[in-house]
Amino acid sequence: MMESASEIGAIAMREIKKWYRSPILLFMTTIQPLLWMSLYGKAFNLTGLFRIPEDILNQLPPESTARFASIVNEILSRFFGASDIDFFSYISVGMMGVILLFTSMSSGMSIAWDRRLGFLNKLLVAPIRRSSIVFGKIISSVVRGVAQSLLVMLIGLALGLRLRIAGPLEFLIALAALAFLGASLSALIIAVTVRLKSWESHIAVSNLLTLPLMFTSSALYPVSLMPDWLRVFAVVNPLTHGIELLRQAILLGAPFTSPELLWHLSILTLFAAAATYAGIHLSNIALRRT
Amino acid sequence: MKAVEVSRLRKVFGEIVAVDDVSFYVDEGEVFGFLGPNGAGKTTTINMLTTLLKPSSGSAKVWGFDIESEPERVREVIGLVPQELTVDDELTGYENMMLQAALYHVGREDTRRKSREILEFLELEKFAHKKVETYSGGMKKRLEIGCALLHEPRILFLDEPTLGLDVQTRAAIWSYIKSLVREKGVTIFMTTHYMDEADSVCDRVAIIDYGKIRAVDTPNNLKSSIGGDLVELEVSEPNGQFGESLRVLPGVLDVDMNGAHLVIKALRGEEALPAIISMLVRSGVDIRRVEMKRPSLEEVFLSLMGRKLRDFEGSREEVMKRSMTLRRMRK
Repeated sequence: MMESASEIGAIAMREIKKWYRSPILLFMTTIQPLLWMSLYGKAFNLTGLFRIPEDILNQLPPESTARFASIVNEILSRFFGASDIDFFSYISVGMMGVILLFTSMSSGMSIAWDRRLGFLNKLLVAPIRRSSIVFGKIISSVVRGVAQSLLVMLIGLALGLRLRIAGPLEFLIALAALAFLGASLSALIIAVTVRLKSWESHIAVSNLLTLPLMFTSSALYPVSLMPDWLRVFAVVNPLTHGIELLRQAILLGAPFTSPELLWHLSILTLFAAAATYAGIHLSNIALRRT
Repeated sequence: MKAVEVSRLRKVFGEIVAVDDVSFYVDEGEVFGFLGPNGAGKTTTINMLTTLLKPSSGSAKVWGFDIESEPERVREVIGLVPQELTVDDELTGYENMMLQAALYHVGREDTRRKSREILEFLELEKFAHKKVETYSGGMKKRLEIGCALLHEPRILFLDEPTLGLDVQTRAAIWSYIKSLVREKGVTIFMTTHYMDEADSVCDRVAIIDYGKIRAVDTPNNLKSSIGGDLVELEVSEPNGQFGESLRVLPGVLDVDMNGAHLVIKALRGEEALPAIISMLVRSGVDIRRVEMKRPSLEEVFLSLMGRKLRDFEGSREEVMKRSMTLRRMRK
């Protein structure tokens, strides 16, 4: 047990050291969500859609403008969770989840590099558990992902992101959401990439997976506004549950007793347990000697 | 107990027989060399012995442990220095050692002491806290060997340890390896295609080609096997009197006299030469010049393999790994 922990720790530390020592890697994986937030998020003025021009407003009787305002508020809170929400904040929290997808992809890439450089063989001839290798990778990916996600949050706050958090427990739940989401995504991605012999095919796979996973989640757009066929994909996409849980916990200020929050938390926990187990199992099969 | 015992080991990749029914042993404390052209099956054999590949058939024991049924035990007693450089460029030399220590469950106190000892032994202590990307190819290779020594393996597997290194570095690496054997009694299993290195370092060598072992013996016996050494002498007073007496000396195979020029073929030149000289001196012959030529291991190799070019072909991955290793070495 202690031995496994030190094996896993050493493998994870290697990745983490490599990551924080190369600012370019950090920059490259953070810049894309930031572009989405600042360009797409700022350009789309959600509440502006419903603004009534002054001249029309003056002609309307006060009771009908109040009625109109309450309808708009109703629509906004039904689809986006709150009526006073701004799209930048909405998408920023989405991007906090999406960046985990990016960091998981790059940790999957690291296994392809390890294979190519011969480092994987060095791990395989060592008297360590095979699962320690994959575990170490997953943990380093989670650490990187959560750190970068919080970095995105801080940059978002500087750019006008408005958060609402019920208490410290809810913030911890948000951190757990990030960690669970990171673990499940990286376990699955590693299970796929550990089989690929060249990193070119890995780039192809990661391009193939990244965009569909992002667009079928609720990162950019609420699930309830999607057409039915797309909603099916959104509901089975772990990114959706991770992001929705985050929004409940830090954007909408839901208490941990809120049924919606608990619902996403339990789905995400189940998914993370199943995905991590399956990912490690599948990777171990791929690492078995032939 | 033998350090390594291999019996009818075979590895088939699809239709290619990479290692074909190979049997040999390595004694404890021995330096055993595996020689052969590219693609002969050297690395495949190492990969099977180090538990990276499963044999298709046959069996092998490393330090008494079966490679198929007890891979975990095998992994504990061996160290591997692969052809590629696996030390991490972005970590320091010391951090690489720490990583290795964790993978082999070496305690913290032991790690500190041993890594200092090893880095000193390999003359890397000044660079211990520098990133490996600043190291030269030879330094990286030394660090690689150092990492493999940290857990004090009984058997060290070295796959082409001097590939792509300059002459001085090669000499230094061999002197480290020799003193390792002397001081720590580590058994060495290595592959190389530098014949002169194999000759000077190995106690015994196996020559492998197309997956089959063609010869296993000491370098000296192998060299003798292709016809012995040549002793050439120039003498002042040539006369036929001593020709017969030379021919009956132990180890002498053939004597060829051409005026003042004598060419003697002998099985073990270094042992025959003193006898030849004292015999000539007794016969009152004045010796002007002596030269001894031995066939090199290279000639043994060529006589077993033929001189035809072997163009290396491997999987795309293998070829890329090779060129990447050479690129990293050149730095």
